[in-house]
Amino acid sequence: MPSHNHILTIAVFLPLVGAWVIAFLPSEAAGRIRFVALAFSGLTFAVTLGLLFGFDRAQGGFQWVEDYAWIASPPIHYHLGIDGLSLILVVLTGFLTPLSVLASWTGITERVKEFHLFLLALETGVIGVFVSVDLFLFFVFWEVMLIPMYFLIGIWGHGRKVYAAAKFILYTMAGSALMLVGIIFLYDRTGTFDYSQILGALSSGSLVLTPHVESLLFWAFLLAFAIKVPLFPLHTWLPDAHTEAPTAGSMILAGVLLKMGTYGMLRFCLPLFPNSSREFSTLLSVLAVIGIIYGALVSMVQPDLKRLVAYSSVAHLGFVVLGIFAFNPEGAEGAIYQMVNHGVSTGALFMMVGMLYDRRHTRLIKDFGGLGTTIPVFSTFFMIVTLSSLGLPLLNGFVGEFLIILGSFRARALFGSLAAVGVILAAVYLLWMYQRVFLGEVTNEKNREISDCNAREKLMLTATVAVIIFMGVYPQPFLRQMDSSVSQVLARVNPGAENAFRVAPRKNSLPVHEAWPKAGVVALRGTPFPMGEGGAKRRVSGQFEISAAKPDGNLAENSPTTTAARGADR
Amino acid sequence: MITVSTLDFVRIAPELVLSGFALLVMMLEPVTPLGRKKALGWVAVVGVLLAGITSLGSARFGGSAFSGSISSDAFSAFFINLLLAIAGLTLLGSMSYLERDAVDHGEFYALILLATAGAAFMVASTDLIMVFIGLEISSISTYILAGYKRGELQSNESSVKYFLLGSFATAFFLYGIAFVYGLTGTTNLNVVRETLVNSNAASGGPQLLWLALLLMFVGLAFKVSVAPFQVWTPDVYQGAPAPITAYLSTAPKAAAFAVLVRILVGSFGHSPSMGPVVFWLLWISAVLTMCVGNLAALWQSNIKRLLAYSSIAHAGYILVGITAGGAEGTSAVLFYLAGYALMNVGAFILIAQLAGTGERRVEIADFTGLASERPGIAACLTVFMLSLAGFPATVGFFAKFYVFRSAIHAHLIGLTVIALLNSVVSVYYYLRLVVAMYMGEGKTEVSEAPVPTALGFALGVSLVGIFFLGLFPSSLLGSLIAMRLPWL
Repeated sequence: MPSHNHILTIAVFLPLVGAWVIAFLPSEAAGRIRFVALAFSGLTFAVTLGLLFGFDRAQGGFQWVEDYAWIASPPIHYHLGIDGLSLILVVLTGFLTPLSVLASWTGITERVKEFHLFLLALETGVIGVFVSVDLFLFFVFWEVMLIPMYFLIGIWGHGRKVYAAAKFILYTMAGSALMLVGIIFLYDRTGTFDYSQILGALSSGSLVLTPHVESLLFWAFLLAFAIKVPLFPLHTWLPDAHTEAPTAGSMILAGVLLKMGTYGMLRFCLPLFPNSSREFSTLLSVLAVIGIIYGALVSMVQPDLKRLVAYSSVAHLGFVVLGIFAFNPEGAEGAIYQMVNHGVSTGALFMMVGMLYDRRHTRLIKDFGGLGTTIPVFSTFFMIVTLSSLGLPLLNGFVGEFLIILGSFRARALFGSLAAVGVILAAVYLLWMYQRVFLGEVTNEKNREISDCNAREKLMLTATVAVIIFMGVYPQPFLRQMDSSVSQVLARVNPGAENAFRVAPRKNSLPVHEAWPKAGVVALRGTPFPMGEGGAKRRVSGQFEISAAKPDGNLAENSPTTTAARGADR
Repeated sequence: MITVSTLDFVRIAPELVLSGFALLVMMLEPVTPLGRKKALGWVAVVGVLLAGITSLGSARFGGSAFSGSISSDAFSAFFINLLLAIAGLTLLGSMSYLERDAVDHGEFYALILLATAGAAFMVASTDLIMVFIGLEISSISTYILAGYKRGELQSNESSVKYFLLGSFATAFFLYGIAFVYGLTGTTNLNVVRETLVNSNAASGGPQLLWLALLLMFVGLAFKVSVAPFQVWTPDVYQGAPAPITAYLSTAPKAAAFAVLVRILVGSFGHSPSMGPVVFWLLWISAVLTMCVGNLAALWQSNIKRLLAYSSIAHAGYILVGITAGGAEGTSAVLFYLAGYALMNVGAFILIAQLAGTGERRVEIADFTGLASERPGIAACLTVFMLSLAGFPATVGFFAKFYVFRSAIHAHLIGLTVIALLNSVVSVYYYLRLVVAMYMGEGKTEVSEAPVPTALGFALGVSLVGIFFLGLFPSSLLGSLIAMRLPWL
């Protein structure tokens, strides 16, 4: 859909304009700098909201496309577009950036100008990654975004900040170096960097990759994304980077940067290399499940609040990867939804840990205790966010996790059950943490004197909690936007189901956003999950299909989803 | 009987102008009063500009000159302009430096012009003897320049080391030429190519030809500091005055690479028996050079030494492009050399300024906290470092990208992966300087003198070049591809 508006360019470069404006303000004018940063990130958020509401959900392809030749040789285009996979992540980025400006309002007092400059530049890079349709452009944004993040961690971080920053940048670049080889290789074969054209060449058969080449390319891309996610065992950079980063840095890092990895898998690995994706899906699901369990177990024993939240990210992102490699609509949409949930909830957790740190200059759990009596408002907000993070029904985390577990049950019942164990473990470490920090007697006298939320903090937390509840109660508008794009991706990995998806996406298989309320109600009512034994998968899927089927009696036993899931399982 | 026409002189006009201005500067030197030698620097700058203008003329009337020993083609025009740009930036960057360190003599400018003229002959000649003469003119001038600070031990050491090893290497090169002449009966590269292509292995069998090639390669490998002939580089770069290091690390390198391309890709690479030898020779040296340069750079604390090892690593990346060969590889190499010159000259002349009188502040630790005191300077140095590391939006990225693209196109996937992993390693040490400037606690030790106008202009030119070529690389690459060199 070639259009003549430049809304995506505006969304990408508005923050950079803000950075440019800030560059001309005197360093002493901290207040004005903060205000400008807030204004520009807020405006960007408004633009991304415009994208959300103006999105044509019936369309599977890219929208608001802008395509201009940038470099003649090799043919690189400034090609932007947005679809159901990236839309909600762009909105998330737009939401989190003003929030992180607010979160750093009092916490950042040194080199305020540079801080906001880098923060806004980072937003440009991140949004650019999500809306690039040209592989080369994607890579440029992917790399450029590292520099501001590097400075954010390295200058305004804590403790071993330089070490953490270097580790972050080197890990990521090692991965992206291989991806660059993959990108150039694809260009060499097709003569274009354009994602749509490459995808077209692959699906039309005009470009045929031998299984060997395909798996090499798959890994070249996947490694870059897996490091970013981070998938176990490539996660070791994450605890350092998160713990040492300033609050705003952690928020953006956890909130959006990690999603660039899972987004990349969904956008590139699955559609471009479907055979390899199928071939290695079991391995990747195993790694994802290990990440879920391992992240949860390690979180449990962390003495440091921020490190606990950081490791919980490993677990949460494990869910996302599991959902992606389930190859069914529930898994994929749950994964995207969970990306956003994790961004909001974990972003909020980091923000609140930052608030505690601003007050007490410590993040050790043992230094707290009984905060519930001294700062009740803050404790309440913290409780809601914690519950959202552990997946309490009616809060956003539940929707994503439930869909992912449902999807992975359909694909591989064993992994679904193990992931469900991860949910329990999440409840353990989060609630235990909450108990030690907020409940009980005040053991440390210093905790009596700390102040409760001020107006700015209340505003930030209210906004976050509103999003958490809205997304938990009424996920349909978000899920609906993903349907056509997700089914296009899945049509590539499940070739047997291709036609059914293309011709009549709504007839045989019930879209997730319609199936959701009924399935959700079933879950809420407490219908037991039939687990164990050989036939578990069939019964589970059957049950949900029946409960989710439309009244016209169109039972989903023949639905392509189910068939495909079984195909993949075999 | 050699016939010489006017056109022959037009085709070497830039070299003539450079030599003429070198002589002019030397003649003006005794009559210029002390303390006003800077004026000679401006005379030299005018010479460079004039040479640039005349190069347009020699490109307009391109063709071979002096019985085929000089070729004025797009290839040599590109390199001559690159050399002139390097010389111009170095001159602008060194005038205030010489004044500050009280070594402002006119010979300096004359030597730079002579070194550039020699290098220009190297890149334009298609005859090995002519290449050798150009190499000698340029080398001898740079030997002197490296030891330009007579009073300083390090500078003397640098000069002697460079001279001893350099003359050893040129001897190898000359020996190689002798073998080529013995085997093919000519020193003209075009004729050598035809002989090699037509008679499978010229008289004397392939072994001798391999030897000839190896000897010439060793001579040039020394000049471009390819491992294992890189040992001199860090010492010489560290000891030489920083603006000279800027020049040394770019101009003689670019010229030697031009000759390497002419000999290896343009001549020997065409031979069916020599092709594989050339390929593996380049492959192995590329890997060695990248790894040695990058790994050694990790441990450096002196910024000049660090950049010396970085320049070794960059020579390795360029070799990847030469290994890929063909028109694509060659254009990538030329692009790389241009980008590399911009960022390296910029970095060194800025460091020369910051190092203060006598270049006492050249440890990375001295740059600690520079960003909070002089954000503009720190940002400028950061751009140079990020470009050297190859981040997008800077020329360093596209330089690497084009080289790797040509390598993948030539199915050198393994070599590309090694090169890319190397460039990841390099990020670490380039960022060490950035870390010191932005993240270190403390007060900076580097010179607080304001940046002189001429230097500021040179820095501006390199910065604009870095970003312009980083955002619109095809403006240069397009013309490089359009060259269509017949001998490739």
